[in-house]
Amino acid sequence: MATVELKNLRKTYLTEEIIKGISLSIEEREFVVFVGPSGCGKSTLLRMIAGLEDITSGDLLIDGQRVNDVEPGKRGLAMVFQSYALYPHMDVYKNMEFGLKLAGMPEAERRAKIEHVARTLQLEPYLHHKPGQLSGGQRQRVAIGRAIVRNPKVFLFDEPLSNLDAALRGQMRVELSALHRKLGATTIYVTHDQVEAMTMADKIVVLQKGVVEQIGSPLELYHHPRNLFVARFIGSPPMNFFSAIFQGGDAAGSSVQLRDGSTLHVPVTSPGLLPGTKVTVGIRPEHVELASSGPNSGVVEVIERLGAITLVHVRMPDGEIIVVQTDGAVLTDVETRVSLTLPPRNCHLFAPDGLAFEACHRHPLAA
Amino acid sequence: MALKTKTSTRIGVTILAWGIALWLFFPIFWMILTSFKSDVQAISSPPKLVFMPTLSSYAEVFERASYWHFALNTMIVSVGATAIAIALAVPAAYSMAFMPSKRTRSTLLWMLSTRMLPPVGVLVPIYLLARNTHLLDTCTGLAIVDMLTNLPIIVWMLYTFFREVPAPILEAGRMDGATRWQEMTMVLLPLALPGIASTALLSLILCWNEAFWSLNLTSSNAAPLTAFIASFSSPEGLFFGKLSAASTLAVAPILIFGWISQKQLVRGLTFGAVK
Repeated sequence: MATVELKNLRKTYLTEEIIKGISLSIEEREFVVFVGPSGCGKSTLLRMIAGLEDITSGDLLIDGQRVNDVEPGKRGLAMVFQSYALYPHMDVYKNMEFGLKLAGMPEAERRAKIEHVARTLQLEPYLHHKPGQLSGGQRQRVAIGRAIVRNPKVFLFDEPLSNLDAALRGQMRVELSALHRKLGATTIYVTHDQVEAMTMADKIVVLQKGVVEQIGSPLELYHHPRNLFVARFIGSPPMNFFSAIFQGGDAAGSSVQLRDGSTLHVPVTSPGLLPGTKVTVGIRPEHVELASSGPNSGVVEVIERLGAITLVHVRMPDGEIIVVQTDGAVLTDVETRVSLTLPPRNCHLFAPDGLAFEACHRHPLAA
Repeated sequence: MALKTKTSTRIGVTILAWGIALWLFFPIFWMILTSFKSDVQAISSPPKLVFMPTLSSYAEVFERASYWHFALNTMIVSVGATAIAIALAVPAAYSMAFMPSKRTRSTLLWMLSTRMLPPVGVLVPIYLLARNTHLLDTCTGLAIVDMLTNLPIIVWMLYTFFREVPAPILEAGRMDGATRWQEMTMVLLPLALPGIASTALLSLILCWNEAFWSLNLTSSNAAPLTAFIASFSSPEGLFFGKLSAASTLAVAPILIFGWISQKQLVRGLTFGAVK
């Protein structure tokens, strides 16, 4: 079990800086997820921790030791690759044995370890199969098994589930969470799938263009996104945004004027903001409420019925679309006129620079 | 309609392929045929297609020159040059494929460009170098020159094969604690073995057929089969029966070898291109 600390890590390829100074500390037993759109640098950052990419500047500490110049195999890490990267010419047993053999572990001990791990991952019937004879899910298990037998201080996962079909992905997600609870090893997990991030992580690191946008627990990111990017990235379907004019505020909240002229009083602080400034209001689809009449009315354009829930896309008079998530039995149809209620406690306000206003009260689950 | 066009195209392509194959094979066929004629029959005009086959040419060839001496030299030189070339090219191609630098591409092109140089352009310096290092007329000397002429092609081919091996598999090896050497020998080489085999095969064939350097750098001790053929082409006019018999004997081993391994060879040469 180990801690990992990143101190102002940077990576430059030729002349382009890809990782722009990332600092982060990861506690023992913590499950940390790096998430972000493709090209945000999350995989590069993981590979820098693994030792597969050089660190241009900054310090990487594992258990307090600086390991910038330590060979990947000597950092005490194990990695599961997106493509599994099993050795195609070796059977499952030999795949798991390879690292142990290189480390000079005696034969009997190797056998005992591999058999134990194979039992845990239900790989026993396949120990003498080549990777080519296995299904995607089984290969994934072997890749995980190969990581576990080495008994690493830290597990690294690079989008391990993205090659699996949706059903298997859901199943593996649960298995990985259970495995992490059982092994209690520090884990760093890279994904672009926010569902994986939300469900598995103790701590999520949202990355964009080589910088950290926010670090926090899943619910912290959900309830208190630090800026527009995180607000848009976390949550599905994504948060609705529309512009408004800031009117004034105090310790109890801030008032904004919406485009239809109505005023919204949101419980967020707005220190130093001048009245008249253009701000962005954000509200998640699951927080908007439908009403048959009232202010904020628009016309239903599309209805997506998912069974348990229904997504109603409403076109507002100013042309913007607002998505409302409501229950599956709602009778609203397309082309009908509906009114929207925006509960102020669930609204977010963003300054012109994209930063969120501090909420007056933290959400109880995201304290 | 589309199906019909496809079928007719296929027949056309098949005929064309057979035509080219037979056209290319004809000289070899003619050579083998001539080797079973007497010298008189061999030069008769019009050429005889129906004749009493005779082994007299072969008998005379064996009488006049020691075939096995030449054949052994060719084998030593081909196998030796190929082995050294592979041993040097594997690490070179490995570093170029998996740790490319800004100049990898141009280095590869430059290496290939040395193949474009007419060998005669460096005949004198190579000859002098061989003489001064006492490598003239030795298998070692010839093997070194053959190895160097083929090295660019071998590095290129191995580079192409190695590029097909997914990098994460090697990285997994590194995460498992493998050193660069272990990564190359225990992970990369087993995976690229088919490619390495076909590269070695090609090198073997090229060395076997190499005539320019073997004729210029050897005389008797290290003379390979190409010199053996040449020795039948010059004296007292041309005896086509004997020349054909000698040539057939010289190319037979590599021809048979190539036939046996053709699947491997074709697979190797079209690797990547058809994928």
